[in-house]
Amino acid sequence: MLALLVGVLSSTGVYLLLRRSVLKLVLGIIFLSNAVNLTIFIAAGLVQGKPVFVSEDAANPADMADPIPQALILTAIVISFGLVAFTLALKYKYFSLSDTDDLDELKELEE
Amino acid sequence: MIALPVLIPLFTAILLVFSNQARYQKIIGVSGAFAIFATSLFIISNVGGKQIEVLQSSNWEAPFGISLVVDTFSALMLVITGFVSFALAVYSLFYIDEKLITHRYFLFFHTLLMGVNGAFITGDVFNLYVWFEVMLMSSFVLITLGSKPLQLKGGIKYLTMNLVASLFFLAGIGILYGKTGTLNMAHLAVILQNDEQAILMNTSTMLFFMAFGIKAAVFPFFFWLPSSYHTPPVAVTAFFAALLTKVGVYAMIRVFTLFFIQDPQFWHTLLLAVAGLTMVVGGMAAASHYEIRRILSFHIISQIGYMIFGLGVFTPLALAGAIYFMIHNMLAKTNTFLVAGHINRLKGTYKLKSIGGLYKSYPLLGILFIIPAFALAGVPPLPGFFGKFFLIKAGFEAEKWFISGVAIFTGVLTLFSMIKIWNEAFFKKGLEEVPEQGLRERLPLRELLPSMMLGAGTILLGIGAGVFFDYFIEAGNQLMNSDQYIQVVLKNFEYVAN
Repeated sequence: MLALLVGVLSSTGVYLLLRRSVLKLVLGIIFLSNAVNLTIFIAAGLVQGKPVFVSEDAANPADMADPIPQALILTAIVISFGLVAFTLALKYKYFSLSDTDDLDELKELEE
Repeated sequence: MIALPVLIPLFTAILLVFSNQARYQKIIGVSGAFAIFATSLFIISNVGGKQIEVLQSSNWEAPFGISLVVDTFSALMLVITGFVSFALAVYSLFYIDEKLITHRYFLFFHTLLMGVNGAFITGDVFNLYVWFEVMLMSSFVLITLGSKPLQLKGGIKYLTMNLVASLFFLAGIGILYGKTGTLNMAHLAVILQNDEQAILMNTSTMLFFMAFGIKAAVFPFFFWLPSSYHTPPVAVTAFFAALLTKVGVYAMIRVFTLFFIQDPQFWHTLLLAVAGLTMVVGGMAAASHYEIRRILSFHIISQIGYMIFGLGVFTPLALAGAIYFMIHNMLAKTNTFLVAGHINRLKGTYKLKSIGGLYKSYPLLGILFIIPAFALAGVPPLPGFFGKFFLIKAGFEAEKWFISGVAIFTGVLTLFSMIKIWNEAFFKKGLEEVPEQGLRERLPLRELLPSMMLGAGTILLGIGAGVFFDYFIEAGNQLMNSDQYIQVVLKNFEYVAN
């Protein structure tokens, strides 16, 4: 089920990336990065209803979820958030310079 | 100790946040770059061509914590990065607008350096990803700094391609972790060596290959490079040309020698094919352009092909040749960009058609250009010749006749486009032109200083090839025999063969 979701998210992401509009590019990046985050989760084995850190007595590894994929995803989310913020700022600058959202329009601005 | 190449730029960057004056920014920026160079020299003298140094961060034993590992290959890369970035910091003093410097140009310069150095010393796959992101984030800022429309356009292409590459890399890491349960490179190597089903790793190997391929700009992923590298100020372009693609190549060499060693038949053939196409396509494209920076950008691609060629042949000599070639390339390629910047300052353009007669009026600049250009083209005794010689020799020894032939043929293409720049910019009769406003009549000697440094480095690397080559062979040997690496990193960890 989740694997299907990853497929849908990433294909949407790629489609949006290929559009000429800069705003859709930003959306595409968000979609793709979420798809990849879910991939990590699924690949590393998803378990239901088991917390990462339980009390000291119940130190049986089988009772815990693996904390590492969660840590990886947390890092990845933070990084992609920063990147999206930067891309949005770039888009804003682009718009205020060229009054267009279309990437190909900028060709006329070249030298 | 070995964490210093990361800590110094971090410290410098923090210092740079607090000062608002261009003068302090300059002083701190350049001295920070020099400090990194000095430490890297110290590190290589410690590693000394034989040892491997490890630092387990926060004293978490490998494979549970993040290990920082410096072997000869990493140490060599650190030294050359330190040297080139010091030269570039000096160059930036003259070639980056005062306004951009007060806008914290040097801050991003140093965070970029931090990312690059971090990628060279890390021994952990996910940590490598984080360093890549540090590097990318600062390079995005640098490429768009100043926000000219053209820069934004190039920046968006650059950003999109590199983001996609990072996501591939991340997905590869996720799948790799899912299959092996570890992120430590040495531990991965142990697990994958003993895994009979290692062929299942091909998914993540391919994802890694694509990610690094995009970063390193190999065929068929190279198109973002020439469409964005000519847009930022030339000091930034030179910096990118020196470091960014090489980090991709470094990462590729690291993962393909250390742990992605299953199914070598398929991967080495693929690498060789990619290398050949990269060389030829880059060389051909360079031959067809008339804008200096575009020619040089396509050259970067063509030269990346040689390094991948070394990796694909996969013998100690070939790897040593690839590393030697990488270092030579970082020196010479950066220098050609610097000279392009000088030319632009004198003539106000990068278009070869409207430049001419430079040799007559500026003989010193001509000499400064001809050193890296001939080095790239492979004229002895400059290092490009030795690099290609070792690579092609290794190729013949491994009986890869066809690809070695392609490498020789590409050398001719390189020579052709270098001679083209030389003829058009330096030898051709000067055009009668009305001197425009704001162009410089002469270049003061101090502005040429960084080019001279890099030129001297190139000559030294070429003449001293015999002396230095022990280091490179040692680096190649270390890469081929990963046992030493594994043992040093996983010292106290009882790893059981499956």
